[in-house]
Amino acid sequence: MQRREGLAKLTGRERYVDDLPLENFLWGMTVRSPAPRGRITAVRFGNDVDWSEFVIVDHRDIPGPNEILLIERDQPVLAASHVRHVHEAVLLVAHPSREMARRAAQAVEIVVVPEPAALDFRVAPRPEQIQYAADNVLKQLKIEKGDVERALAHAPVVVEGAYETGAQEHVYLETQGMIAWLEEDVLVVKGSMQCPYYVLNALQHALRRDERRVRVIQAPTGGGFGGKEEYPSTIALHAALLALKARRPVKLVYDRSEDMAATTKRHPALVRHRTGLTEDGRLLAQDIEVILDGGAYVTLSPVVLSRGIIHAAGPYACDHVRIAGRAMFSNAVPFGAFRGFGAPQTLFACERHMDVIARTLRMDPVELRRKNLIRDGQRTATGQVIQDGTDRVAVLERALALSTFEEKRRAHTAFNAAQRSKRRGIGLATFYHGAGFTGGGEVHLNSRLRVAGLPDGRIEVLSANIEMGQGTLTVFTQIAAERLGVTPDDVVIGEPDTARVPNSGPTVASRTTMVVGHLIERAVDDLRTRVGLDDRARGSVVKDAIAHWYAAHPGGRLVGEAVYEPPPGISWDEQRYQGDAYGAFAWAAYVAEVEVDLRTCATRVIDFVAVQEVGKVINPTLARGQVQGGVVQGVGWALMEECKFKDGAMVNNQLTNYLIPTSDDVPPIRVAFVENPYPHGAQGAKGLGELPIDGPAPAILNAVAAATGTEPRAIPLTPERLMDLTR
Amino acid sequence: MKLLLPETVRDALAHMAGRDGVTTPIAGGTDLLVHWPVRLGERDRTYVDLWQLQELKPLRWTADALILGGLTTYWDVIRDRRAGDEFPLLVAAARQVGAIQIQARGTWAGNIVNASPAADGVPALMAYGAVVVLESQRGTEEVPLDGFYTGYKDMRRRPDQLIVAVRIPRRRYSYQTFAKVGSRRAQSIAKVGLAVTQSDDGWRVVAASMAPTIRRCPAIERLLQQGAVLRDSDDLLPAIARDVSPIDDVRSTAEYRRRVMARVLYDELRETCGWR
Amino acid sequence: MSTVQVVFTLNGAAVSLDLDPAERLLDTLRYRLGLTGTKEGCGEGECGACTVYLDGLPVNSCLVPTYQVRGARVESVEAIAAERLGPFLAQGATQCGACTPGVVMTALWIGAHPELLETHTIRELMAGNLCRCTGYDGIVDAVSTALGHGEPPV
Repeated sequence: MQRREGLAKLTGRERYVDDLPLENFLWGMTVRSPAPRGRITAVRFGNDVDWSEFVIVDHRDIPGPNEILLIERDQPVLAASHVRHVHEAVLLVAHPSREMARRAAQAVEIVVVPEPAALDFRVAPRPEQIQYAADNVLKQLKIEKGDVERALAHAPVVVEGAYETGAQEHVYLETQGMIAWLEEDVLVVKGSMQCPYYVLNALQHALRRDERRVRVIQAPTGGGFGGKEEYPSTIALHAALLALKARRPVKLVYDRSEDMAATTKRHPALVRHRTGLTEDGRLLAQDIEVILDGGAYVTLSPVVLSRGIIHAAGPYACDHVRIAGRAMFSNAVPFGAFRGFGAPQTLFACERHMDVIARTLRMDPVELRRKNLIRDGQRTATGQVIQDGTDRVAVLERALALSTFEEKRRAHTAFNAAQRSKRRGIGLATFYHGAGFTGGGEVHLNSRLRVAGLPDGRIEVLSANIEMGQGTLTVFTQIAAERLGVTPDDVVIGEPDTARVPNSGPTVASRTTMVVGHLIERAVDDLRTRVGLDDRARGSVVKDAIAHWYAAHPGGRLVGEAVYEPPPGISWDEQRYQGDAYGAFAWAAYVAEVEVDLRTCATRVIDFVAVQEVGKVINPTLARGQVQGGVVQGVGWALMEECKFKDGAMVNNQLTNYLIPTSDDVPPIRVAFVENPYPHGAQGAKGLGELPIDGPAPAILNAVAAATGTEPRAIPLTPERLMDLTR
Repeated sequence: MKLLLPETVRDALAHMAGRDGVTTPIAGGTDLLVHWPVRLGERDRTYVDLWQLQELKPLRWTADALILGGLTTYWDVIRDRRAGDEFPLLVAAARQVGAIQIQARGTWAGNIVNASPAADGVPALMAYGAVVVLESQRGTEEVPLDGFYTGYKDMRRRPDQLIVAVRIPRRRYSYQTFAKVGSRRAQSIAKVGLAVTQSDDGWRVVAASMAPTIRRCPAIERLLQQGAVLRDSDDLLPAIARDVSPIDDVRSTAEYRRRVMARVLYDELRETCGWR
Repeated sequence: MSTVQVVFTLNGAAVSLDLDPAERLLDTLRYRLGLTGTKEGCGEGECGACTVYLDGLPVNSCLVPTYQVRGARVESVEAIAAERLGPFLAQGATQCGACTPGVVMTALWIGAHPELLETHTIRELMAGNLCRCTGYDGIVDAVSTALGHGEPPV
């Protein structure tokens, strides 16, 4: 099935928040802290502005608690007496003219008496830099299996390594934006978001409005990648506060520079490995330390840390594992969700380290993977028994075959000997990604979904999960249509409007197709039983029955429902961090071929192969697009996307100096899927959205290492950094 | 914002001669309009629009020169067959300016006058011995491009002068090369820009992003003129140190720039100069 | 504030406007004329989401002051016939859609000038249109198909 809303997008008819017609509205602008930490002593309004024309909001206008509801309540909606990071929102202004609103925002001076800021998460804070708990540790977690110290002490070979990953900016092509207005007494907020119910909960909390008086609607969203998972609550609250004070609709849309500077980014990480092995490369012990820069507020750092440490040991079998992770407070602009959510950071370290191990042992990095890839019946670091029947070695072999790995390796030896200023190399990464929320997370979400019958016999899927380019609208349509035996035209996907749809959970964690898609299947089944049919009834039989029901029940509503049920036999111990972390893992092997120009130390990816086992591919075009897009985001993160910070804020906050790959920077991304249906995912599918960004960075750096004989350990591997390594 | 819309070059020059105060000429807007909504101070200026001055748009060929008009765009040069044959560095440079959307509106003259140390068109023009033709109410002045810049964003152009043409003498070149080292293949601001030519007029080595201005490198040119034999790229470093002064900035580091300039120059010139 | 009168051709029809000389063509299209197909992605001429044709050439409308289009021919994505979009739909050239109108404008322009491929590659010509979702293969494949180069191998 072709992308359902594809033609609307191609013709420009699809309307995003800034495209929506709006009458009699005000433009909102945000006034932000200039300092990374300190006490606000004054707010000065410039003399050249007629302030009577403006609506002005500060923390005193917040009806409820000055808190953005998330995991903890540490982040204020608007800074009151203190600021904790540059660009922290302090004041809001609104005006009918966007230019006037901009002028006004630029004319407000926030006076801050500075206090000692903590700006390097890698070093222990001094006493005067402590701003969270007693030690600036936002969260600490540990996974332990076996006896790592003893195993390391007895290991014939021990290899150590430290790896660093930088922050990454999402660069969704549509910047963040919200519209807020009042309909009678109901506050309505519509905008670019991944999680309508997160926004709803945050609005209810800080504005002291119950669910009858707040309504959140997701507008078509131009990309998210996690950047619109939690941040939208902030901008929604800001738009809402202005709208409530103005009693007029307010539109708040960030321009690109503001978006890049003030919103969340991927957590920077430092990961250390100490690995014990036999002489012939079998893993005996993995001792791993993970440190994340958590920024100035908790946001989702504990969960990013959690996923990060769970994936840190890689897709391998090892009896003795210890993974200690902590997220540190710093006065940086808060970090948050970004595709992969901790796993790209720790998998980069793991897969880079595997090649470092291979070189230390003078072993083929391919052979090292073959030897250690987890087989059915073996346990992960959290003690989860893998028993899904996927032949992970076959996935690796397929990637090697498609990339002609061995042949290229040989060709590179000849090429590199003959070339003066170019070097080629090929590198590998084998990895995995757990789909859905970790451990008991899905149970905690308790997602609920409905499928309603319509009077004409069609059906409407009512879910809070959104389309942001990954294909939700199309895949949901396919799943519902195939379950009922009707055509896609018979399926309506309801607008994610909290007044109309139940909370089927956030659009994150690669759960939409696998988990929520399965809820659709069950809700469709439930709908079918409510018209007295069983699952052998398909197509027009069901449509007629639905239409019939409506004729017989005027004013009634026919709705099938499903509430999340965990797959049987899953158990997770949140205290000891052991057990079944995820219902399903997707498995992958990626191969990158690079050419390095020794004159400039610029690296070009000249070929890329991505092979993954994802349960079932429901829509090949959409699935391929997810992989290709994720790979290119990974290429950018590995080679050119560098966030430059001053006082914890991004100073290269423009597309001219924060570089993402153009079409000319990447080769065709060659994709292959292996299928092994997961019984508890819709149509057998496992989650796919985040997996592709886990593999490219280590595969590329492994290729560069092979090409140049250096050992790069940090990304982005800019030409400047590679030059330092090659001198 | 005050906008003046001259219909002819003469009208434009009259505006710029001071009767309207300080004026800013605007051509394709690809430099001036960046982040326009946020740069509110720019609203309070007087602009002289050049875009409608048709007489400045075409490039033309004479027996002695290629003459770019004051509004000739990068795309105009990319599409000109003869330019590709006789001045390949211009086409190479033009193709690496932004992407097609910028090439369609960006002008060579605008690039010269914007005076960025990283400018894309200037190194190639300078390596071809281009001459800037300036008009004002006081008359015509011609300034060789390699003497046009006097300091960071400072140039030999009075506020009442307009670049009406850039004249590039036609010569036979025995060697020419262009290199732009950016952070990615396309749409990149140069971290190091190089244009090198050799003709009967001697060697011209031009460096961009290596100093407050784009400039010729006389010490390197002397090395080449003298037929020095070098053993590796490090041998260029002393001359580079005399000719340019790169800095650390948001895009790159001084050390990287220095080394890359040495390596790229060496690699490009080794065969022609008979080096190892 | 003194305004400028701008008379130009937009999507084949004559338009006459009185506007602030500081207004960008992007804002004129989106807010003044309600033609929201053209998108703003960066405001600095890097992403190409705002691409329109000005006298037949693709330009970033975020860098065009509207007054400069007087007497000129402007075409936006609203003028594109849906029949030309088949390959883009089939090959996955769009995901979130935010870059898409700009991509379509540039891609169809390339398709209408196949001689450019004697000197340029498709990827080089599309480099002024940033996309964060597709990884570019869907886009390049669609342009290739539209040029009649056939279905690329998967």
